[in-house]
Amino acid sequence: MNISMVFYLLGKVLLYEGILLGLPLAVSLGYREFASTQAFLLTILLCIGGGLLLSLKKPKKNVFYLKEGLVITSLSWIVISIMGSLPFLVTGAITNPIDALFETVSGFTTTGASILSNVEVLPKSILFWRSFTNWIGGMGVLVFLLVLTPLKGGSHTNLMKAESPGPQVEKLVPKTQSTAAILYGIYIALTLLQIVFLWLGKMPLFDAVNAAMSTAGTGGFGIKNTSMADYSPYIQMVVSVFMILFGVNFTFYFLLLCRKFKRALIMEEVRWYFVVILCACTIITWNIMPLYRGIGEAFRHALFQVGSVITTTGFSTDDFNLWPQVSKTILVLLMFVGACAGSTGGGIKISRFVTLFKTVRKETSNLLHPSRVGKLSNDGKSVPHEVVRAINVFMVAYILIFSASVLLISFDNLDLVTNFTAVTATLNNIGPGLEQVGPLGNYSVFSAGSKLVLIFDMLAGRLELFPILLLFVRETWRKF
Amino acid sequence: MEIMIVGCGKVGAALARKLIDEGHNITVVDTDPERVQHITEELDVMGIVGNGASIAVLSEAGIETSDIFIAVTGSDELNLLCCLFAKKTAACHTVARVRNPIYSKEIEFAKEQLEISAIINPELATAREISRLLRFPAAMQIDAFADGMANLIKFRLTEETGLNGISLKQFPDLFGNGVLICAIERGDSVTIPSGDFILQTDDVITFLATSEQATAFFEKLHLSHRPVKNALLVGGGTISYYLAKDLLSHHIRVRIVEQKHDRCETLAELLPEADILCGDGTDRNLLLEEGLESAEAFVPLTNLDEENVLLALFAKKLSHAKLVTKINRLEFDDILEGLDIGSVIYPKYLTCDFILQHIRSIQNEFGNKIKTLYHILDDRVEALEFTVETSSVVTEKNLSELQLKPNLLICCITRGNQIIIPKGSDQIQVGDSVVVVTLNRGLQDIQDIVKK
Repeated sequence: MNISMVFYLLGKVLLYEGILLGLPLAVSLGYREFASTQAFLLTILLCIGGGLLLSLKKPKKNVFYLKEGLVITSLSWIVISIMGSLPFLVTGAITNPIDALFETVSGFTTTGASILSNVEVLPKSILFWRSFTNWIGGMGVLVFLLVLTPLKGGSHTNLMKAESPGPQVEKLVPKTQSTAAILYGIYIALTLLQIVFLWLGKMPLFDAVNAAMSTAGTGGFGIKNTSMADYSPYIQMVVSVFMILFGVNFTFYFLLLCRKFKRALIMEEVRWYFVVILCACTIITWNIMPLYRGIGEAFRHALFQVGSVITTTGFSTDDFNLWPQVSKTILVLLMFVGACAGSTGGGIKISRFVTLFKTVRKETSNLLHPSRVGKLSNDGKSVPHEVVRAINVFMVAYILIFSASVLLISFDNLDLVTNFTAVTATLNNIGPGLEQVGPLGNYSVFSAGSKLVLIFDMLAGRLELFPILLLFVRETWRKF
Repeated sequence: MEIMIVGCGKVGAALARKLIDEGHNITVVDTDPERVQHITEELDVMGIVGNGASIAVLSEAGIETSDIFIAVTGSDELNLLCCLFAKKTAACHTVARVRNPIYSKEIEFAKEQLEISAIINPELATAREISRLLRFPAAMQIDAFADGMANLIKFRLTEETGLNGISLKQFPDLFGNGVLICAIERGDSVTIPSGDFILQTDDVITFLATSEQATAFFEKLHLSHRPVKNALLVGGGTISYYLAKDLLSHHIRVRIVEQKHDRCETLAELLPEADILCGDGTDRNLLLEEGLESAEAFVPLTNLDEENVLLALFAKKLSHAKLVTKINRLEFDDILEGLDIGSVIYPKYLTCDFILQHIRSIQNEFGNKIKTLYHILDDRVEALEFTVETSSVVTEKNLSELQLKPNLLICCITRGNQIIIPKGSDQIQVGDSVVVVTLNRGLQDIQDIVKK
């Protein structure tokens, strides 16, 4: 383990966090919230001070391998979360350190689960910081670092691999640095586009910026207690559409930009993503029709909720906790499905399910013709056995972590649905679950211990389990 | 520039590594998924799995936007086909590796008909390199510049040369102005020396001189300066064939040991003047019987690196022959440097250098072209030759007035048929070709030699 390189890059990450914190600082100045200004200034000083201290000395051996990439990634996420929770604590918006950490981790991992029961009383700059964490976490801190820091050799790829969601990392162009820049470019462009659309719908600018940032990262931190329920149907539709757009694999957009329409259209994952959304929407619309006036309104709520859950955003336009069982079941199942690989969304990812279903089909046909040789293919290319294996192992690890988390938080003695959906909603980075953690509830019902478990789940879910698990393996820290 | 490399074996990977260092965007294509994965993990390149002669694969890899296309797969035919397809689908420069001696006769025809910018035959290049060394046995490495008029020669400073403790300032007095020391390797460090530099035994010295001056210089140092009279080659592969042919044309007697009988017969047919011996090249007695002890040159050219190294060590112990060892693997080059087995030749580096030189000259098509490029002293020093075609900040000025970059030396200026070892009062003129030795990488134009 190249420890000095780990520290060096951690320092860089802290520096960039300090720079990014300049934005909420400016907001606090703009709204004359001087208490928050002080809090942000203090955090920025700590970030930049710590960052400089760690990154001042450039390590002699500047190559690193996959293991360092994974460790740097998970440590970075932990460190930025700890630093990011300081503004909440210093301003007194949240008094308990664990709660503050929960809120920040929830922000960076784009979960959007909150322990706050009343967000409307918070200063605007703090609200902005909450939404901004969603935005930063959506595309990733290290992808951001990759845009700005030149690294040696294949080190780039090792970082990108650790942070990007999905079973395989696809480069868009030969250089990782350019790939990261293109990803951020698409991300920023789409965010700005959404702000414009929301603003055209007469949404106040501050609300529009926050909503767009939360949507872009598929985070789901709202600045209203009722999330998106109080906004006009137009705004709700805009948010629905953009949530779904941010859940699409960004390679799709890149291919469109390069005018490679044919290759974009054969992306199986994207096609299945829209098929699933369409099916789920249809069933839910039919199921909740009696609750609303007419098919239009029912469809609007159905589309919004399906989009919000499958992309793991977690906004809501209505309390779906009160919907019929079929709709609730579909939503909970969609929580596991998640968005496309290479998007900003969380969950298990469509591409994994596509591959898993193909594996099952292949194995079933192997029962009928035991000596048949079959090869899985995706987008017309065969899927290497290693990828299939990695997906299988991912699923097993996922189920293990899921079960252990449900068991651990059950000691709080809440009902099974609350526990089950709380873990589902955090491990898949969604936010709201059902019952006590439903759209109108929040996570303050849990004890400190359970919150730590859920914090772990959020981080594990965002980084796709293994980088975080690696931290707990003794061998990681040994020299040889 | 956007560069696509088809085939990521050793040469493909080594090329990719160097080209990335020079800031290009690299896409590699290979049929073996494991190789592609391995290279994408190690280097910042985009990897595509597939056959490079498939238009679909090429277009997925982005051939439309590529500037240069390099085919270095194991198969000549595939390389040529890839280049043809690449050329026809995109307006890019193409470079192919073609090694079959049968095709090598038709190289010019193929180049013209298939519109390939450059074709490299690694075995032929290796054989030429070895032949140059055997004709100048005291040198460890010889790189030709100015169409062969000037040579960059590397040798190890031994006790008997009497150069130990001499500073470079004394050189003109002792040896005249014809010899210019360009780079010195001591232990692990490489320097481009100034006049105050004091030589020590075991330094590895690279100097520039014409062939005659180098001969005179070596004569004064009591180093052998005449071409070898005979050579014993082990292994009868393609390199052996080219080498033997070249040596025979220089009236050097050649003896080749080859194990396979069929191959021996073919060689005997192709090289009637050489002695072809059928036997195991690692057989001690056979080598001794065939006069290893009195051979003037011994060149192990088997396909196994280990065997070549062992044979060279064996010959080192028994004879005073000039040793040239061919090594295929690039990974352990620093270790071989320390082994003292004479000259070590890496065909793969030769291939790389050739292609790199070509790419750099494509890069500034309209500026001052790089004519030749060599990596000397295991890759840390580059020697480049520029042809000066336009006037610029460096021309028509006394060299002493130029603010040269650190660790850079102008070694030689060729004007017409005249070789000038430059002094401060000399000038670079349009039409000259200039040889520069530098520790800096990626020089593109003669103007890059001055500080910006």
